[in-house]
Amino acid sequence: MSDHAAPTGKISILKDGIRAAWPICLGYIPIGLAFGVLAQKAGLSAAAVGLMSALVFAGSAQFIAVAMLGTGAGTAAIVATTFAVNLRHLLMSSALSVPLKGLRKRWLTLFAYGVTDESFAVNLARFREGGWDWKRALTVNHVTNAVWVMSTVAGALGGALIPAHAFGIDYALMGMFLCLLVYQLRGRMYVLTAVIAGTSAVAISLAVPGNSYIVAASVIAATAGLFIRRRWPSLTASSPPVAEDKR
Amino acid sequence: MITADYFLLCLGMGLVTYVPRWAPLVALSRRSLPRWLEEWLDLIPAAILSALILPALVTAGEPRQLSPWNKDLLVAVPVFLFALRTRSLGGTVVLGMALYWLAGMVLG
Repeated sequence: MSDHAAPTGKISILKDGIRAAWPICLGYIPIGLAFGVLAQKAGLSAAAVGLMSALVFAGSAQFIAVAMLGTGAGTAAIVATTFAVNLRHLLMSSALSVPLKGLRKRWLTLFAYGVTDESFAVNLARFREGGWDWKRALTVNHVTNAVWVMSTVAGALGGALIPAHAFGIDYALMGMFLCLLVYQLRGRMYVLTAVIAGTSAVAISLAVPGNSYIVAASVIAATAGLFIRRRWPSLTASSPPVAEDKR
Repeated sequence: MITADYFLLCLGMGLVTYVPRWAPLVALSRRSLPRWLEEWLDLIPAAILSALILPALVTAGEPRQLSPWNKDLLVAVPVFLFALRTRSLGGTVVLGMALYWLAGMVLG
């Protein structure tokens, strides 16, 4: 997938990784601060917040866990909910296994820790562009993780002092996702899949509480897309990938 | 103060989050996948991103209800068009923030 080889210097790897990670970090800071404030109000210390962020590294599951702790829910219930909320990573890691084919198990083990909605989407887009490799992808995972842990701890320590919702920063991740979706729309087939996924996600999300709609809609859409592509190959012939990105 | 109970909670949450992140990477990256599975996985990113974005834009509340007239969606339209035109990730993020901030001041 990476046609042109990327430079192998440590500095250049770190630089590329950070450059790819900054939009994610920008999005994580306000969410992390908000989480820290909320957790601290629920009675968790900054160390407790840091522990959870470091061990779990999953924004929405952490918010839900703190809310459940507040209602006196038991450990088993919170862990089960976390599992359900984070099951979507199964699909993301499956898709990431294609560009990471043949990588040694210990690096995959280290990589897996940092697979999030955001790092998944950024890394896959980069792998497709070329000039990207697992070390850069791993940098993205771990830089974003470090920013997440630090923002949540900062939030617990003094986040209430920081004005919330400043400068439209709440929209940073949505803006990033919109652009990453654009990168994925590389032909009619992908547009069709995205439309099916989006509409079925909305329909399922209205009918079923929780976030199972993400996995359900993605599986439905990719399966429907594959079926349509097999059934009517000429109709859905994708145009060859044109210049992907002008950065 | 971190109690043993709380530590176990975080450990359990971490474990059930980590395993779905890890298992497909290790299981799938070792072998050649059948053609249909590679094609299916190729469609997954577009599907996931769309499934993450659209409900966040057009639904709100608990329980969720359809509420398409909100500033999140209003801002998403020009931001999406900008992304289509420029393909610039940083530019899209900054424009999205600026428009969202503006929309917040104008619409409240």
